[in-house]
Amino acid sequence: MTQLIWNGLFVGSFYALVALGYSMVYGIIKLLNFAHGDLYMLGAFAGFAILGAVGGVSSSMALPVLLAVLVVTMAVTGLAGVALERIAYRPLRRAPRLSLLITAVGASFALEYGMRAAAGADPRVYPLRLGGSSLEVAGARLTLAQLVLVGVAVVLMIGLNLLVTRTREGRAMRAIALDPTTSSLMGIDVNAVISRTFFIGSALAGAAGVMAGAYYGKIDFLMGFLIGLKAFTAAVIGGIGNIPGTMLGGLVLGLLESFGTFWLGGEWRDVFAFGVLILFLTVRPTGLLGERVTERV
Amino acid sequence: MLEISGLDVHYGGVHALRGLSLTVGPGEIVALLGNNGAGKTTTLAAASGLVRPSGGTVVFDGHDVTGGRPHRVTALGLVHVPEGRRVFSTLTVHENLQLGGYLVRDQAEVRKRIDRVYELLPRLAERRAQQGGTLSGGEQQMLAIGRALVTGPRMLLLDEPSMGLAPLVVASVMELIAQINAEGTAVLLVEQNATAALGIAHRGYVIENGERVLDGPAAELRDDPRVVEAYLGGV
Ligand SMILES: Nc1ncnc2c1ncn2[C@@H]1O[C@H](COP(=O)(O)OP(=O)(O)O)[C@@H](O)[C@H]1O
Ligand SMILES: [Mg+2]
Repeated sequence: MTQLIWNGLFVGSFYALVALGYSMVYGIIKLLNFAHGDLYMLGAFAGFAILGAVGGVSSSMALPVLLAVLVVTMAVTGLAGVALERIAYRPLRRAPRLSLLITAVGASFALEYGMRAAAGADPRVYPLRLGGSSLEVAGARLTLAQLVLVGVAVVLMIGLNLLVTRTREGRAMRAIALDPTTSSLMGIDVNAVISRTFFIGSALAGAAGVMAGAYYGKIDFLMGFLIGLKAFTAAVIGGIGNIPGTMLGGLVLGLLESFGTFWLGGEWRDVFAFGVLILFLTVRPTGLLGERVTERV
Repeated sequence: MLEISGLDVHYGGVHALRGLSLTVGPGEIVALLGNNGAGKTTTLAAASGLVRPSGGTVVFDGHDVTGGRPHRVTALGLVHVPEGRRVFSTLTVHENLQLGGYLVRDQAEVRKRIDRVYELLPRLAERRAQQGGTLSGGEQQMLAIGRALVTGPRMLLLDEPSMGLAPLVVASVMELIAQINAEGTAVLLVEQNATAALGIAHRGYVIENGERVLDGPAAELRDDPRVVEAYLGGV
């Protein structure tokens, strides 16, 4: 039981990390960025390339190296996200929503098959594994690696939440999500804030990609597809565009999968996730913590 | 201070402004009057960079801001309070005001300016933790103006601040505008409510179909038979 909860929270924290970028981008420009999962994939490959360039890593150094690689990868995927917005989405800011959506699907394919062309179709084995010692807490077996990964994810999420709720930059993001035109009249450079939002969201996805590579040990050019859908599900469960809601949604999805798999068998895992997605979209599209606006005109 | 000359704006096939010229001097309140669809909002939008004119120039304080980006225009001190208030509905009153201070790096200065707004508009102070969207229409208008004040404007472009407000509330909004002006901020005041606007303005322009048809000191416009007939309900 505690093992199931722990596994769920562990997977859920990955989902949450990826879902946050999805949710932030949706919040600020109302775009379902289908290419977001592919930035996670890009992060995993960027980390792979950096580790390859560094050469062998002794297992005692695995953690510090992982953290360093994480930071560099976040910068790489962050910039890739900025470029994606600049090249693919910004020219369509005033175009019909559907054109933007189709462009996002196209961008997703471009990233997937671009990576396939660059790195090949075969899965790569990650040059760094976090196995190592495990400990027992309340009947659940957790590895040190898992603890560290969850720790990093939590730190990133808390940092993001503080940024969005407490800072001038976060206020600007929330203002643009509500009304970009009026935001510009406040002196906010709307395009610059949107760029920075893509940077942050994509950096988080990249971080999750490296963590997944180091944890699962294998990466491939299509790994972003499923996680993208899961992240979307997590965002919908929590309330898309809502930061704490999205974090909650990731954890809830992780737990649902963990328990669902236990009761119904592993082959049901993804069915479970998408069943929940459809349920939420029909019954409660604003999600668990979706905004309830009280407005008087 | 603000010089608009020969401004043309097209929306697709619609020619919304036709060679419009007007000026606002330092310390002035200038009313811009006209019926629905005359081109008042378009004039302000062209001045603040929200729409790109197809001809003519907008010069503010010696800077050519024609077709400039809105955040840059705001940074120069020419601040547009849009039609319909446009407060950030799910942000608190206080956050709305803080957004006005976006360009001010010194947070102590932002706090000082916000305190000044609370002093001027105690109703906002009482509702500082409330969502902007829950305020009454008059309060939202006060918030929209208060938010613009936090930017530290040298000139305000106000678009129909009286719209949809009860007469008493209109009077207090006009009083607020006059007070802001008395402290040195120039105002270009767009209104359909000509009586209210000419009550505080120094000068005024009347536009129709994107063209200027009348202009002069507010006192003269108030008595002009054409204004009385068309905009003051023939009183
Ligand atoms: N976004 C727009 N697209 C097309 N036409 C517009 C747009 N905005 C305004 N117009 C047209 O331009 C003219 C002037 O509008 P506007 O400046 O809003 O007038 P006012 O503020 O005086 O009521 C009107 O004929 C209006 O229909
Ligand atoms: Mg108008």
